Amino acid sequence: MFYREAGDFKTTYAEDNQTFPIAFDRYRYYAVLLIGVGVVPFVINDYWASAILIPFLIYAIAAMGLNILTGYCGQVSLGTGGFMAVGAYTSYKLMTAFPWLDMISITLLSGFMTAMVGLAFGLPSLRIKGFYLAVATLAAQFFLIWMFNKVPWFFNYSASGQISAPERSLFGIAVTGPNAEAWVKYLFCFGFVFVLAWIARNLTRGSIGRQWMAIRDMDIAAEIIGVNPLKAKLTAFAVSSFYVGIAGALLFTVYLGAVEVGSAYGIVKSFLVLFMIIIGGLGSIFGSFAGAAFMVLLPVLLRNILTGVMGWDTALATHFEFVIVGALIMFFLIVEPHGLARLWALLKDKLRLWPFPH
Amino acid sequence: MPDQLIFAMEVTLNGLMTGVMYALVALGFVLIFKASGIFNYAQGVMALFAAMTLVGIQEGRVPFAHLINEIFGTDLHYFGWEVPAFFAILLTVVVMIGFALFVQKFIFRHLVGQEPIILFMATIGLAYFLEGISDLMWGSEIRNLDVGLPQGINDAIDEATFNIFGYGFFIDNLDIWAAMIAAVLVAGLIAYSQYTKNGRAMRAVADDHQAALSVGISLNYVWVLVWSLAGIVALVAGIMWGSKSGVQFSLSLIALKALPVLMLGGFTSIPGAIVGGLIIGVGEALFEFAIGPMIGGATENWFAYVLALVFLVFRPQGLFGEKIIERV
Repeated sequence: MFYREAGDFKTTYAEDNQTFPIAFDRYRYYAVLLIGVGVVPFVINDYWASAILIPFLIYAIAAMGLNILTGYCGQVSLGTGGFMAVGAYTSYKLMTAFPWLDMISITLLSGFMTAMVGLAFGLPSLRIKGFYLAVATLAAQFFLIWMFNKVPWFFNYSASGQISAPERSLFGIAVTGPNAEAWVKYLFCFGFVFVLAWIARNLTRGSIGRQWMAIRDMDIAAEIIGVNPLKAKLTAFAVSSFYVGIAGALLFTVYLGAVEVGSAYGIVKSFLVLFMIIIGGLGSIFGSFAGAAFMVLLPVLLRNILTGVMGWDTALATHFEFVIVGALIMFFLIVEPHGLARLWALLKDKLRLWPFPH
Repeated sequence: MPDQLIFAMEVTLNGLMTGVMYALVALGFVLIFKASGIFNYAQGVMALFAAMTLVGIQEGRVPFAHLINEIFGTDLHYFGWEVPAFFAILLTVVVMIGFALFVQKFIFRHLVGQEPIILFMATIGLAYFLEGISDLMWGSEIRNLDVGLPQGINDAIDEATFNIFGYGFFIDNLDIWAAMIAAVLVAGLIAYSQYTKNGRAMRAVADDHQAALSVGISLNYVWVLVWSLAGIVALVAGIMWGSKSGVQFSLSLIALKALPVLMLGGFTSIPGAIVGGLIIGVGEALFEFAIGPMIGGATENWFAYVLALVFLVFRPQGLFGEKIIERV
């Protein structure tokens, strides 16, 4: 009815190449942006911000980063947590060493630092492939966490070994620290998500994105037709680590505020982000968002139902949560290995014909 | 002989014993990977689940007691009997075989032909699922496991080394038993796969699925078989680690330690798993002994992975893995 290409005439190349070729999609995208900027900040409260919206936005960035590496370039990484920790500790050192730096520069610099570290750990990917690489990235995960625990310079010699974010502001409004208001934190994260998603989308459909996908589909064939594997793999590692580093920095500065590295950036976090992109859909920016939303909402929902409605005690509810999350992951892999993004695409195909059957 | 060297020898011996434990877990991985190409991340959780079940049966706990009490408002905890260790082990083996049937029927039969990475993710899901089930069934507290294996310092070795070096080595009896049991287990597995009909079927499937299928071997049957065997290996590993440091969540993390072991040894080789386990065990013990104190200690956390990473850069297929030949 309303969801189709027919009648929407493209008269320039720019229009022909746009991300959302269908008018309805375009308006939906503008509507989401408008609600995200114009409505949510005014109605947001602390519970919604800290339980759902901010973690969703931050994990969406991390999931986009991992999706670029794993979904687009086919290099499986289990080191996401370690790279997030690099972002967090870089931003901590920058915040304490240069108190006059604004938060946007700090976050971006943390991303660049993580990209450097990611490049270093990406080098073995030129020789090690598949599972072997996945396990090799575990070296990054465990080594980085150990380093942040043991080298006192990283946590400024504090007695507890924890790091906590001091108050920093942007345009005179507190973004981090205990005085930052929910809507500020939300808008700060929203801005990063918007820009990074826009960049990711355009990177992945451009020349470099096509090189990544060629490497993913068959690296030797890609090499033969002239894709430089060194360049493709290393850029994927660098861009992915940049995203993951920013997510790690935001998780620490804006969301958690104080961090103990082992529990906040441990191997569990690596798996969490991996689950997001599997459930959301490998090789899809929309999938990263869908997966992040799913994995953030599911525990909240389950906990509310099990402890709130049914009145179970929390230990039991936590155990049950494990069973349900595990079962859902297997269920998804069995019925739809390509994740929520594929379901969304199927829905759009159906919608194009609706209300006619063929 | 200088003291440092004697200490280093003791550390090496203890590292060997830890290596045996790693090798036991790695063995379960190799069994499943060879036969079905599934990289079973859940192996560590299987060890946890098996050990928990063993303790639960031994102490006569009511499975799902917490859940049942919460729903029906009852107050059940124990059946009031105790099962001897031998029968408890047998019952646990039955449970693990049941688990193998469940996994094959409900999960991996539906995932045949999927990419390896999808299968790997599915096993991570399985690990979460099994961990939750284990907690629901038996609770999540640390349990003491005692199946009658001797524990404590081995006096004979202590005395013999004292007479030779003037310093008694501390070797745990349990570690010696673990090494012996592991040796018997590996010998048994090799004999089983060489000389029995089922073992030959297993090797045929590992070699080529389609060829095996075409000569009338049931893939389903072989896969249930390898999952059961992996379950039994997990039980043995669970008993060993459980008697050493109690049955607790950290048991499932040894699965992660087994990964670098496998990378060193090559994913498809049983001897590789053993040798890789020993190298990692000794390597991390010696590194922690020699270099650890200089850089802050706790290097066991990452040494195995970095060693495997460096090693792989020079030999991507591992020590005993089949040479990787890539074709377009």
